[in-house]
Amino acid sequence: MSWFSKTFTSSIGRKLLVAVTGLFLCSFLVVHLVGNLQLFKGDGGASFNIYSHFMATNPIIRTMEIVLLLGFLFHIYEALVLTRRNKSVRPVAYAYNRPQDNSNWSSRNMGLLGTVILVFLIIHLYNFFWRARFGEPNMIPIEGTEYDDLYSVVVQSFHLWWYVLIYVLGQIALGYHLYHGFSSAFHTLGLNHKKYTPAIQKFGAFFSIVVPAGFASMPLYFFIQSFLN
Amino acid sequence: MILDSKIPEGPLAEKWEKHKFNVKLVNPANKRKYDIIVVGTGLAGASAAATLAELGYNVKAFCYQDSPRRAHSIAAQGGINAAKNYQNDGDSVYRLFYDTIKGGDYRAREANVYRLAQVSVNIIDQCVAQGVPFAREYGGLLANRSFGGAQVSRTFYARGQTGQQLLLGAYSALNRQIAYGKVKMYPRTEMLDLVMVDGKARGIVTRHLITGKIESHSAHAVILATGGYGNVFFLSTNAMGSNTTAIWRAHKKGALFANPCFTQIHPTCIPVSGGYQSKLTLMSESLRNDGRVWVPKAVGDNRAPGQIPEDERDYFLERKYPSFGNLVPRDVASRNAKLACDEGRGVGTTKLAVYLDFADAIKREGLDKISQKYGNLFDMYAKITGENPYEQPMRIYPAVHYTMGGLWVDYNLMTTVPGLYATGECNFSDHGANRLGASALMQGLADGYFVIPYTIGDYLAQNPTTRVETSHPAFQEAEAKVQADVNRLLSINGTRTVDDFHKALGLLMWDYCGMARNAEGLQYAKQEIRKLRDEFWRDVKILGVNEELNITLEKAGRVADFLELGELMVDDALNRNESCGGHFREEYQTPENEALRDDENYTYVAAWEYTGTNQPSVLHKEELTFENVKLTQRSYK
Amino acid sequence: MAGNNPNSKPMNLTLKVWRQKNFQTAGKLETYQIKDISPEMSFLEMMDVLNEDLLLKGIDPVAFDHDCREGICGMCSLYINGRAHGPERGTTTCQLHMRKFSDGDTITIEPWRAGPFPVLKDLCTDRSALDRIQQAGGYISVNTGGVPDANEIPIPKNIADKAFDAATCIQCGACVAACKNGSAMLFTSAKVSQLALLPQGKVERKTRVENMVAQMDKEGFGACTNIGSCAAECPVGISLENIAMLNREYINASFTSENV
Repeated sequence: MSWFSKTFTSSIGRKLLVAVTGLFLCSFLVVHLVGNLQLFKGDGGASFNIYSHFMATNPIIRTMEIVLLLGFLFHIYEALVLTRRNKSVRPVAYAYNRPQDNSNWSSRNMGLLGTVILVFLIIHLYNFFWRARFGEPNMIPIEGTEYDDLYSVVVQSFHLWWYVLIYVLGQIALGYHLYHGFSSAFHTLGLNHKKYTPAIQKFGAFFSIVVPAGFASMPLYFFIQSFLN
Repeated sequence: MILDSKIPEGPLAEKWEKHKFNVKLVNPANKRKYDIIVVGTGLAGASAAATLAELGYNVKAFCYQDSPRRAHSIAAQGGINAAKNYQNDGDSVYRLFYDTIKGGDYRAREANVYRLAQVSVNIIDQCVAQGVPFAREYGGLLANRSFGGAQVSRTFYARGQTGQQLLLGAYSALNRQIAYGKVKMYPRTEMLDLVMVDGKARGIVTRHLITGKIESHSAHAVILATGGYGNVFFLSTNAMGSNTTAIWRAHKKGALFANPCFTQIHPTCIPVSGGYQSKLTLMSESLRNDGRVWVPKAVGDNRAPGQIPEDERDYFLERKYPSFGNLVPRDVASRNAKLACDEGRGVGTTKLAVYLDFADAIKREGLDKISQKYGNLFDMYAKITGENPYEQPMRIYPAVHYTMGGLWVDYNLMTTVPGLYATGECNFSDHGANRLGASALMQGLADGYFVIPYTIGDYLAQNPTTRVETSHPAFQEAEAKVQADVNRLLSINGTRTVDDFHKALGLLMWDYCGMARNAEGLQYAKQEIRKLRDEFWRDVKILGVNEELNITLEKAGRVADFLELGELMVDDALNRNESCGGHFREEYQTPENEALRDDENYTYVAAWEYTGTNQPSVLHKEELTFENVKLTQRSYK
Repeated sequence: MAGNNPNSKPMNLTLKVWRQKNFQTAGKLETYQIKDISPEMSFLEMMDVLNEDLLLKGIDPVAFDHDCREGICGMCSLYINGRAHGPERGTTTCQLHMRKFSDGDTITIEPWRAGPFPVLKDLCTDRSALDRIQQAGGYISVNTGGVPDANEIPIPKNIADKAFDAATCIQCGACVAACKNGSAMLFTSAKVSQLALLPQGKVERKTRVENMVAQMDKEGFGACTNIGSCAAECPVGISLENIAMLNREYINASFTSENV
């Protein structure tokens, strides 16, 4: 085995891949959230539709989309391999076990949380990404140019209570996943220092609340709007 | 039999150098043709096994624990002495030698002790090179502390876990040789007999503790490094599995047993709390650097310690020994605690304890400083007793801790059986009648790293490289004997448990052959031990079979040996009509209750020869000559 | 009756103990009643009492590993009421005392459970995998003799202290037992950190970490997911920071060592 494959098939190497891809996905979350904040602009969706158009057509973004997809796939694949391996280490389970006395629920259930996020992601992609890329566009003019009106798709989707619920649950899972994952990734990278680790942990906690809350605020906002109108 | 200690000629300071030059060497290419068995993987065993393998010998190492790193050296807390004189406080090889000889109450060999002091400095260098994280000063250099029986700071330490760190150093060296294939490690394997061919030690018979498999192992020489026999008292600070079996069975094969009655009672242990007690826990003697030992002045004073005013307390060590105070040697500290309790001034519910008080030290240095120095010991005390030693004084009482006696060895550490060596606590060599604190680690590592690697070569060079097959009749015979012993134990199916017998023996030993002994009590104990032994072989209850993990069977074999050793200890104590070090005969004391030696008649090593079950052992004497120190009454006043 | 504790009332307990004849056969929990247990007893002394009782009844006593009974040899184990070394933090089973339990309690006692720690009998497991990880590189390659003076290389006190903290690992395996993933990372990291921190150990640091991690994986231990149960249950308080250091050492070694 070459040193390269030896490194990345070792327990630490695989973890390293999960950590690096995880942090990369975190950066995606930030971009995605900031972009989607256009929904709140109150301009009838004009900015959001222009932004969506940009995201769907810009070659750099399209390239990054592939990188992003690879990031997801690696993150999921490596995590799956590790989870399966870890599960097999204890063939006989404890008859009586109290892990809650020594660790956080979220830390112990990253696989479960990740699976919930994945399910959410598939629904989410089907509804928006798939619709935007392969669906029948509904063109409207903005400042003289024709754009697909994705904004209305968003607004309408979030009038359905069960849809909002799926989104909110998805974001709660994401929050817990990030709560462990963010600082854990730094730990896996070996980036640990008396001076900086506490800050990373605090930021991780902040990140795990603010980002999912930001995302969840969108369906909730439009859901509440639907009653006000 | 004439005991030849093989002490080299010449001035004390040159003996070891000269000897190293005079011993025969094994050619490097020939070393791989010799096999050496090492039994026990504590400091003495692991260091010897690793070093011999480094030299090129093939080593087989054995331990009863599941890993060589668990040997009981790991539990040593306080530190290791070395004559480095890093503190510039007047230490030297000669001073360490002198302190050790004096501390041992002039019952140790000058030449051995001097060599020990000489190589002590190399040990520290070696351990640091291995990555042992000794305590350091802010400047990055090694820190030292003082210890009982010495007026200089020469003790190197790693918080309260020095034994652990030193053993892990030796264990790492051993691991390296295991990885190289030069040491074959046999964990969970207990030595049950020594095999001799043509009058020389050529192997051992072992039992695997998981499968029960009885097996022979052949070699050119056998090193026993199996530790002390303090568990003859049932309650001691030794590990539960510590035993005498290896050295006792070697003794039965002809190795003389020296000074068996020299037992050290450690003054700072956590007192016994009830009959279920399985072992005693020591707290490092270093506690006496800052703790003050006291009892109430009045008999029957039942007030809580905080309620007893300063002038109604008796700081008896400081009062009796103003110059050493709380730092008197272990035997002196222990005996004085016993005296205070015998007078009815003991504390706690059992009244078998004295206080060790840190209030003054905390006031002087602050809680943080004291916690830094002794935090882990305080925590341990709190865990065991449920009391907070930062707030109320600790209760301590002496407990059996170390056995100075052991197999008789010459200057080369060879027993009276050619090719059989004994290192570390299981030999008798360096501590005389009393061991100073922080000297056990020093001796174990000195023997293993720096003595045996030279001296064993001298023997091997004079012996052919021919191997003995384990099919040799001597091995077959020994295996059959071991199997027969096991079968005999399993067939008794009596009514009393092994622990029950062990506790009964321990109580006898503690009462009559413990901190204070007298002829009448010893004679009584001898009879009782014999009775107990008879009963054991008639009525012990062991379940199961040999071919499994059988914890009762393991213990039974060990207790059977303790039941024989106990009698020899009593014989030795009876024979030695004097008080010295850890051996205190009530008939022989000064008016101030100090040990009264009889240098005219007892300046010898008592080495006992086994002659058969229930047969009297035969005493051989090795006269001790002191050419460099003057024998004086030890005084720590 | 020890000390000055007046509340030393004896307790009656129900024990559910894992019994397993050997490696090949399956085991199960057996229930035993035990009476008059003093709160001053250590947990293992309570087990001694149980065993004496069983022995006199003609029942095979419960095999469990133990030796020093002062919390340092690392031989004792036991998963007590769902926790490695029982409910008290920073404490080995042998240092756990019965005053932590109450009259009428049911106590479940199981062996360490992990594939690399096969059960030998009852509560005894084979932890030799940990020794093999050490043998893979947990040492500094120096022969006896010929080493420099101990004070030749000054080591900053904080570094020496950190190395010491890592070196206090007792190799009991509680980290593996408590870890959801059955990972031995805390154990391995303790040795790697200790030696990587010290100047003496830096010489071989790359090869060491590569070999020790390879052996750890080969033994079949799980991969760390930074849950932290190991450090929380470690009886001697080995810090999770060591795992970060192990990761750092490993990543650095993988990319910069010359071992291809």
